Amino acid sequence: MTTAALPLRRRSRAGGLLAGLVRGVLHRWLPLAILVVCWEAATRVADSAFFPPPSEIVKRMREMWFSGPADHLFLTTKAGDSIAPSLGRMALGLLLSTVAGIVLGLALGRSEKALAYLNPVLQFARVIPPPTLVPVFIVLFDLGTQMQVASIIFSAIWPILLNTADGVRTVDPVQMDTAETFRMSAADRIRFIIIPSALPKIFAGLRLALSLSLILMVFSELLPGTSDGLGFELTNAQSQSDLPTLWSVIVLLGILGYLFNTILLAVERRVLTWHRAARKVAS
Amino acid sequence: MDKVTGMLEITGLGHAYGSHRVLQGMDLKVSQGELVTIVGPSGCGKSTLLRCIAGLIRPSEGKVVLNGTPIDGVPDGLAVVFQDYSRSLLPWLTVRDNVALPLRRRGTGKAERRAQAVRALASVGLDDAASKYPWQLSGGMQQRVSIARALAYRPSMLLMDEPFGSVDAQTREDLEDLVLQVHRAEGMTILLVTHDIDESVYLGDRVVVLARNPGRIREELPVSLPAARDQIGTRAAPEFVRLRAEVGRLVRGGAAKDGPPTVHEKPVR
Repeated sequence: MTTAALPLRRRSRAGGLLAGLVRGVLHRWLPLAILVVCWEAATRVADSAFFPPPSEIVKRMREMWFSGPADHLFLTTKAGDSIAPSLGRMALGLLLSTVAGIVLGLALGRSEKALAYLNPVLQFARVIPPPTLVPVFIVLFDLGTQMQVASIIFSAIWPILLNTADGVRTVDPVQMDTAETFRMSAADRIRFIIIPSALPKIFAGLRLALSLSLILMVFSELLPGTSDGLGFELTNAQSQSDLPTLWSVIVLLGILGYLFNTILLAVERRVLTWHRAARKVAS
Repeated sequence: MDKVTGMLEITGLGHAYGSHRVLQGMDLKVSQGELVTIVGPSGCGKSTLLRCIAGLIRPSEGKVVLNGTPIDGVPDGLAVVFQDYSRSLLPWLTVRDNVALPLRRRGTGKAERRAQAVRALASVGLDDAASKYPWQLSGGMQQRVSIARALAYRPSMLLMDEPFGSVDAQTREDLEDLVLQVHRAEGMTILLVTHDIDESVYLGDRVVVLARNPGRIREELPVSLPAARDQIGTRAAPEFVRLRAEVGRLVRGGAAKDGPPTVHEKPVR
């Protein structure tokens, strides 16, 4: 199969690569480009104050965030004041929920009894819509970063914890027998057998946690007591009826969400190469 | 360790899953450097016996002694080759790292572990596969990897649980000869469980025939074939033909007399 395809690929490599790249970009971005053009046309015709044309949103985004000096990567001070704290809180919240979720998930998944006892509680905690708990966290924690990070953790930890426990529980018994007959230490079993075999499920949990933490990041910043961040920017713009800024934040959040997801997928693809390849061979 | 007492001694071994009796009153000795095959009809408790020896299950009665020490939990110096190689090897590690992994607890450095793994792979004819992943290899080659992993571990005894049950006939013969070579070249003590009558005679210095309902030893037959064996000549030798017929009669005839296998064919985990 590969031998037959090889000469063909080699002959047209340079041209083929470029054509493939162009085709990929076209297929992926063309619908979006068409949508933006249509939106631009429609908003110009309508000339509504509530729906500024995309060109104006982009202009505002540039002015607000991306017109800084080159040695600051073109980021403005305003970007540092609103984007940076939001991303910092999100990163911290996601990091803590990943570590805690994996550690607790490992412990739960290894103990049949603990999981059986705690499962109803976990399922209950998981289905509580996380935003409803934000008012509780406002009371419990200091306003600002502490409360916001707590909100992110409480929403993002569940998919990671439950997926890890599930992945750990379904480790192949033959692999565990093998580890046992070779008398591998508990640490080696966790590192070389349990975590790798749970990784596909952990990544699935991480993808969910990522989008949840973005939602909770913005939501927790919408509340009173916040002094910076993208959510604060939103409420601020709303109170001043500054619609281009409002739309700018929305577009930026969309771009950030897309970017983070793409990065996570790339990492997953790299880490789980064996998983995809082994499955392809098996089928 | 004197050779008379034997490396592995099983006395009065019995096991039951709940009220279902799987093994009863087993006595078996394996001496240093011996290759003993265990053969029996399905449902005779072959796998349960092997798991008792490996320390993966605690037998309800009797004693298993390895190298003079009673087995309580998984013993040191024992390596197991499972039938299901594709599930026993770790798909996220290269072949070399799979083989080197059990050596971690020996405290040797990473470079030394890898060198040992590569040597073990070479001894099973897999010089070029070290940096491949298990799923890139054929079934027979994967089983060679698990044999290499067991050899690199330098066990005093090798347990094999129907190791060639999932490979094609040609590969099976090659792997059988690999086991004989390992047995001869390294003087490895091997206990191999199989359901294949020909295989039990071809490989064994001694064949232990099991009966079922409950699983017990029916007969032990010494194999007086020369140590050097080959697939064509040995299988045509009169002694092989005679033994094979006798083992066949013991397995099949016994199976008919003892009734069909009961529900617990595979040990419950």
